[in-house]
Amino acid sequence: MKAFTKMLITELKLSVRDMNMIIFAIALPLVVTLILGFVYGSKPAYDGAAYTAFAQSFGAMSAFGIVAAGVMGLPLVLSDYRDKKILKRYQCMPTSPTLLLIVQLVKYAVYSVAGLLVVTLVSLCFGYRMQGNVFAFIGAFLFVLVAIYSIGMLVAALAPSMQVGGLICSVLYFPMLILSGTTLPYEIMPKWLQIISDILPLTQGIKLMKGTSLGLPLNDIYIPLIVLSAITVVCTAIAIRFFKWDKKQK
Amino acid sequence: MQNAIEITNLKKCYGDKTAVNNISLQVEKGTIFGLIGANGAGKSTTIECVLGTKKKDSGEVKILGLNPYTERKRLFEKIGVQFQDCAYQNLINVKELCEVTACVYKSPSDYFSLLEKFGLKDKQNAKVATLSGGERQRLFIVLALIPNPEAVFLDELTTGLDTIARKEVWNYLLELKTNGLTIFLTSHYMDEVEKLCDIIAIMKDGKIVFYGTTEQAVKESNQPTFEEAYEFFIKE
Repeated sequence: MKAFTKMLITELKLSVRDMNMIIFAIALPLVVTLILGFVYGSKPAYDGAAYTAFAQSFGAMSAFGIVAAGVMGLPLVLSDYRDKKILKRYQCMPTSPTLLLIVQLVKYAVYSVAGLLVVTLVSLCFGYRMQGNVFAFIGAFLFVLVAIYSIGMLVAALAPSMQVGGLICSVLYFPMLILSGTTLPYEIMPKWLQIISDILPLTQGIKLMKGTSLGLPLNDIYIPLIVLSAITVVCTAIAIRFFKWDKKQK
Repeated sequence: MQNAIEITNLKKCYGDKTAVNNISLQVEKGTIFGLIGANGAGKSTTIECVLGTKKKDSGEVKILGLNPYTERKRLFEKIGVQFQDCAYQNLINVKELCEVTACVYKSPSDYFSLLEKFGLKDKQNAKVATLSGGERQRLFIVLALIPNPEAVFLDELTTGLDTIARKEVWNYLLELKTNGLTIFLTSHYMDEVEKLCDIIAIMKDGKIVFYGTTEQAVKESNQPTFEEAYEFFIKE
């Protein structure tokens, strides 16, 4: 436990120093939430809707921290530490590199949750109040977090180097960010774009968070629940099977 | 005399290429052992199989009487390892790297006094990436010593250092030896090997082609210097 705490604090310090997560997991959702707050004000989502357009976007904004940490931060840092042989160094210590892996997962969870807190705080300032059950929403948030992180772990396990890992991350991160409803609201997309968007796992995750935060009827959330569960199981299984501490390990 | 390291019939193949072919050697406690040979001779693979970071195909390895495959936790409390490639996080500073290393051991030595001893006291808050080559190598010795080890493995420790920095490192290693530490090293510098090692093994194509003292190598090969004796054995 002593080692875990020490390593977590050090890794958090290092990530504050390199600013990436501060920008992508905290500052970006902060800015987007502010903009949507000013643009939407207290307009209803559509004529006669029981909730505002802003409330409808809350679920999507909550996901910023999850994607930034899960498909950008996590796979990059793991392939970097593997390329640099840092994971291998931990193989020759009385602990296992698994400890460092858990430290990274917790570190990124800290950023994802920080992103959510920032979004929530700004939203409250704009007069947002969650209509759905708070605990159902928190459950959905954690569920989406696990699913998206499992995709990140899959990339970390399969990427042959940090360069390739970085490329895969960008290919995953930017479409997810643009198309899943985080930056561009899903509701204003044309039908064909919605279909493309639906394929992205994050879109399903956002539907889940949107549904729970708005308190929509449960039958809408079965599909995202099933899709995300499948993604989590498959990605985690492949990641565990192929993850290596050292790429040259045979 | 007790042996700190015992390797018996170690074998490791990559596909149909035999990287380490049936080697056996012993390292006495409190001595410096040098494993030398050309690039690709199998030195690094040998170290990795000995430490268990690569899986050996067959053979026996005992370090300090422990099996590095099944008694990892107990073993790695007592040994320090420095691999060839440097391994540290971006933007980490000297003190932090020492801390995250020390925190995994039950009774680590005080890294502050180690830094002082190795002339790095003023560098505590410097980023590891900004250290000079010599300073960084000294830091890696410090890291290998943090566990308070009975044996250390150093893979090409002085590669890339200037003459003065190398000689500094040598003096540190000799001092550690007089304190009873067992050192297992690999090197490409024959002057270094001659100065430091009590016993050497010369590897060629995965096999040990010479095993003994540097003086014996000179004698057996009938060459005027150890450098030439070494070339004699790897060309033979």
